[in-house]
Amino acid sequence: MPEIKPVLMQGNEACAEGAISAGVRFYAGYPITPSTEVAEHMASKLPEIGGVFIQMEDEIASMAAVIGASIGGMRSLTATSGPGFSLKQENLGYAIMAEIPCVVVNVQRMGPSTGVPTAPAQGDVMQARWGTHGDHPIIVFSPASVYETFYLTIAAVNLSQKLRQPVIMLLDEVIGHMREKVLIPEAGKLMVERSSDKVPSDWKPYDEKGLTPLVPFGFGHFYHVTGLFHDQYGFPTGDPIQVERALDRIHGKLEKYRDEIILTNYIGHKEPRVAIITYGCTVRSARAVVKKAYWQERLPVGLLSMQTIWPFPAREVEALANQADVIIVPEMNMGQIIGEVERYACGKAKIVPLNRYDGEMITPEQILNEIGRWL
Amino acid sequence: MEQLTRDFLRSQKLPHIWCPGCGNGIVTAALVRAIERAGYDQSDVVIVSGIGCSSRAAGYLNFNTLHTTHGRALAFATGLKMSRPELKIFVIMGDGDCSAIGGNHFIHAARRNIDLNAVIINNYIYGMTGGQHSPLTPRGKKATTAPRGTLERAFDLLELAKGAGATFGARATAAQPRQLEQLILRGANHKGFSVIEALSPCPIAYGRRNKLGTAVDMLRDMKEKSISVERSFQMADTELEEKTVTGVIYTLDAPEYSEEYYRSIEKTVN
Repeated sequence: MPEIKPVLMQGNEACAEGAISAGVRFYAGYPITPSTEVAEHMASKLPEIGGVFIQMEDEIASMAAVIGASIGGMRSLTATSGPGFSLKQENLGYAIMAEIPCVVVNVQRMGPSTGVPTAPAQGDVMQARWGTHGDHPIIVFSPASVYETFYLTIAAVNLSQKLRQPVIMLLDEVIGHMREKVLIPEAGKLMVERSSDKVPSDWKPYDEKGLTPLVPFGFGHFYHVTGLFHDQYGFPTGDPIQVERALDRIHGKLEKYRDEIILTNYIGHKEPRVAIITYGCTVRSARAVVKKAYWQERLPVGLLSMQTIWPFPAREVEALANQADVIIVPEMNMGQIIGEVERYACGKAKIVPLNRYDGEMITPEQILNEIGRWL
Repeated sequence: MEQLTRDFLRSQKLPHIWCPGCGNGIVTAALVRAIERAGYDQSDVVIVSGIGCSSRAAGYLNFNTLHTTHGRALAFATGLKMSRPELKIFVIMGDGDCSAIGGNHFIHAARRNIDLNAVIINNYIYGMTGGQHSPLTPRGKKATTAPRGTLERAFDLLELAKGAGATFGARATAAQPRQLEQLILRGANHKGFSVIEALSPCPIAYGRRNKLGTAVDMLRDMKEKSISVERSFQMADTELEEKTVTGVIYTLDAPEYSEEYYRSIEKTVN
């Protein structure tokens, strides 16, 4: 049994520690509130374990450097907040197209624009999904606690390596700055093998047969990496058949590994009349509500919390919509994930928004009041 | 030697996409010969490029090649170099790519003095998008976005790099391919951020609009206007106004970033 020790830490630190546990050895970033502690923690820790920390000249450069380091064979991560996340989008798309693994952390702040740097919000849900141009797949995790931040960051690093796909950690300010107990296992127990450890001799960078490991530069395979549509050898192509195949390839791998990617949690009544669907720090208020309404008062209430928000947990939402009469969707924005809930509920349940966008958290009382209206 | 040079090209990807008379092929060939003469293991060489005509060169070269986003080649290369300091990285950029959208990365790569070899193919114009003016278009010259001649003053790329901290600056023209090869080789052997500006004719998008004649005329003009750095010391500033100074413009000594970084963390780890 690996040794497990309890540690009190901040969400942003847990993100950095999770990354290091999963083998991240390269960090490039540009300071921005409320994500800065991720960088500060990395700046302190990475040099002690032979890793690289570099503060780049801007957010665009940081994203570029993270991709470059990943091609060099280092697991890499960058952290930012809303305005910086916007700047990273073009190169994020590059990483998706060129299938370069990396993890991008966005500790959301209130927006649009410079917004309120230190106020919590969940306004970047759609930016995370559609921020870069073109039809692209994306994986986004949204933790609800410091503990979840630690473990989801590990999952993000490993998944990005396995699928050769960027993974976004979408935190909010509450999670980033809150301190909680985390149980940390012995170092080195949490890392998946690097995909390049097993490379067949007839290796192609974008094998049409499916998932193929990334071979870092300098290991004898001379190949081309580009953001242009490319054939299975990595060379640019405009051939309609190859273009379509390339897009199918990057989308297909997420569909194939859906069950590994999509993480959700359900608590409460088995056949709820009123259900809550939410993510991020809002889960905390919703959980308090279910504890009171279901565990104490035995009301037919349930909560689906989503650790993965993209790809959207469609099946889970559909199943819940078949059970519940009403689904409440609390969000700290003017309504973003609710559109997806409506899409997959297909009119089988009434979908009720519960939004707050004044830089304050949604309280358990607000959710309880809403439940009271429908029970 | 001829055979080696061919091994460094992806012959199945040729012919290239460049227009007749374009100087990019001459510069690319000089780069390949310089790499060959440096005697590097093919596996240790990486070519990084940005976006634009010149940046397509990466696809034709048989090394690990990285064709990045517009202006960001040096930032990608910085991450790569820091993860694998033993790699020999050549970064091919165009004038617009390097000095406009990539201007910030250019000055910061110079400031860090990171051991990258930047080869900037300067044809004074945005070629791939059809002839818009760049920060290196000489004042008064015409472009599709400066139909009456640009009012903007051009950067002196090497002075810009020097001011920012680059430790090697050299310039040659496509009319002097052997000199260009020499300079790229010297830049490669230099530890630190090397900037090699390669002036190259774009007869289609730049020359035609500015009535500079054929590609041959443009090359001849480049040759006639170029003055070696040694000779330039004997000349007055007024005499140099219309000239292009070629050769190694400066070499300076300063700590190289990736080496410094790994030396510093070695102390931390131990």
